[in-house]
Amino acid sequence: MSRPRIAVHKFASCDGCQLAFLNAGESLVTLAQRVDILHFAEAGWIDQFAEVDIAFVEGSISTEHDIERIRAVRASARYLVTLGVCATAGGLQALRNGVKESASWVADIYASPQYIECLPESRPISAHVKVDLEIWGCPVTTEQVLGATASLLNGVTPANPGEPVCVECKRRGYTCVAVTQNAPCMGPVTRTGCGALCPGVGRACYGCFGPAELPNAAAMAEHFEQSGLSRRDVARRFLFITSTAQPFADIGQRYKEQDD
Amino acid sequence: MTNRTVNLNVPVLARVEGEGALDLSIVNGEISELGLRIFEPPRLFEKFLEGRHYMEVPDMVARICGICPVAYQMSAVQALESILGIEPTPWIRDMRRLFYCGEWIESHGLHIHLLAAPDFLGFANAIDMAGQHPDIVRRGLRIQEAGNAIIRFLGGRSVHPVGVRVGGFWHAPSRSAAAALREELQALLPEAEALVLWTAALPLPNETQDFECVSLGRAGEYPITRGRIVSSRGLDIDIAEFDSEFKESHAPHSTALHCHHRGQDYLVGPLARLNLNLDLLPASTRKLAQACGMHFPSSNIFHSIVARALEIHAALVESIRLLEAYAPTDTPYLEAAPRAGVGFGASEAPRGILWHRYELDDSGSIVSARIVPPTSQNQARIEADLRTSLNHFGLDQPEEKIRHHAETVIRNYDPCISCATHFLKLSIDRT
Repeated sequence: MSRPRIAVHKFASCDGCQLAFLNAGESLVTLAQRVDILHFAEAGWIDQFAEVDIAFVEGSISTEHDIERIRAVRASARYLVTLGVCATAGGLQALRNGVKESASWVADIYASPQYIECLPESRPISAHVKVDLEIWGCPVTTEQVLGATASLLNGVTPANPGEPVCVECKRRGYTCVAVTQNAPCMGPVTRTGCGALCPGVGRACYGCFGPAELPNAAAMAEHFEQSGLSRRDVARRFLFITSTAQPFADIGQRYKEQDD
Repeated sequence: MTNRTVNLNVPVLARVEGEGALDLSIVNGEISELGLRIFEPPRLFEKFLEGRHYMEVPDMVARICGICPVAYQMSAVQALESILGIEPTPWIRDMRRLFYCGEWIESHGLHIHLLAAPDFLGFANAIDMAGQHPDIVRRGLRIQEAGNAIIRFLGGRSVHPVGVRVGGFWHAPSRSAAAALREELQALLPEAEALVLWTAALPLPNETQDFECVSLGRAGEYPITRGRIVSSRGLDIDIAEFDSEFKESHAPHSTALHCHHRGQDYLVGPLARLNLNLDLLPASTRKLAQACGMHFPSSNIFHSIVARALEIHAALVESIRLLEAYAPTDTPYLEAAPRAGVGFGASEAPRGILWHRYELDDSGSIVSARIVPPTSQNQARIEADLRTSLNHFGLDQPEEKIRHHAETVIRNYDPCISCATHFLKLSIDRT
């Protein structure tokens, strides 16, 4: 039997999710011994549209060229797996979506905007092609990525837990920052996977792993408002790292409009 | 050979962080056109920062770069604190230096082993290199991991760390965590020494050029988190005066802005820092710099890899010193009421000076933001270097060799194109 083949692609992103591989230390060497890495530009493998078993995709779609490229990646891959919030939900840069003035932003930054190719919205991979597995996180962790790789290559459905950060806090015995500090913690509605890092250092979760399964975001927003946050600040909590993900997007917009 | 027209097209430049292309035309044996094109899709950070609260900024700007998020956080908090009138305590200052040392070790370790060294030893990537040099690659991965461990100590995770806030850190780690980390770093020190000697023995090209080195300085310590802006040609200004000396322009072929100093290209990053601040290195690193057989200050740009290794050593020594003196504090952060104003921040990202400017209104919302990353400062220098070094290399060489040498030159600067992205299409047009 031939060795499994994988590829890692980058679109608009900070490169931070690729580091789940590059920061893996000894596991990176082990992975390279067990699979053939055909494309991973940052690490030195170049064969963009080679047929692979798993194509990992980092980054959001924000140019016409990106759309063509992601279609070609999809066509050459058995499984397409998104790595992180940019690829899964458009990323922090999706904060430009739906902003009326965003068309003039390019001209505000670049002296020669005619040379800049940029779609009005930053969109997730699933807006353009079928995605087999979405790994949330900003950034994703090595455990998530290597776990998904091992499962897919062994024909097992990868674990992709959707429980909220609160559950992880309880497991670790952390003091609840919402209860003890009245901090505007997004933990009750945010997907776990980070290890409850923010409550671990005594701060409110800011939602960088996106919405948990069946989150009661409306009740969360109401609670924030009752605890003293302005409507604008409530909107900011939901319209942040995963601003396009539902139900964060709708709740955030509602509070934003009521504030305007 | 010089009479034929050649179109060489390499669709992706490997081992850089981001998406770029190089256009090269050779006419009658001379370079007629050369442009490093960067076309990372713009993400427009400076615009969507507007209207956000200043407390959100460290978590937002971290997302500009997964490899150097600490740098973005540190330049930002410095600028914002100057507006709010917060003067960091010695504890906060020390922990910021430690935190930043972690990022230097991680980023330099990654660049030396996974991105740069395969060029000098003739491998396509570090995994192939590991086949023949397994101990070297594993040592590199351990050093990189030590940097990540330092960042996690204060930040919770090494990519987009969560421990930083405007005013300091969210929490003070325990004494026992500090002791365990110190022990881990101490054990790695001989490996960092060996790394310096190993990089100095690499078959590096001899490419001496005349360029201005620019870094932070005059802070009484090897520049990491703060300082004035100084250069090898006598520049010495406050960071607030950046705009009067340095001009950003937009080259049509790039989504990164180019930055010039009085019309000239200049160098930022490890070699510039080392050349300008040799006397501020820890004594043991200085001794190592002398023992490794290199002469600094150096105008051979390929000595950058040795400068990176020396900075790894210096950052390890600094981290151990800071951890030895570590005691937890009850006030890991300071608070202040929001107020309107303009503030500047500059720190030494692994790749060089990272300059920020913010304006706040009296409610603490961002009115405007400007960010000048090191890669846009080095871009003009990379192009100037390519012109000179490809001529030295020989334009009559086979295309494959020219392409490899051009990529080696570019990678040597460790350009972070995400701070700007990846397709290095090299088209050589020879007539």
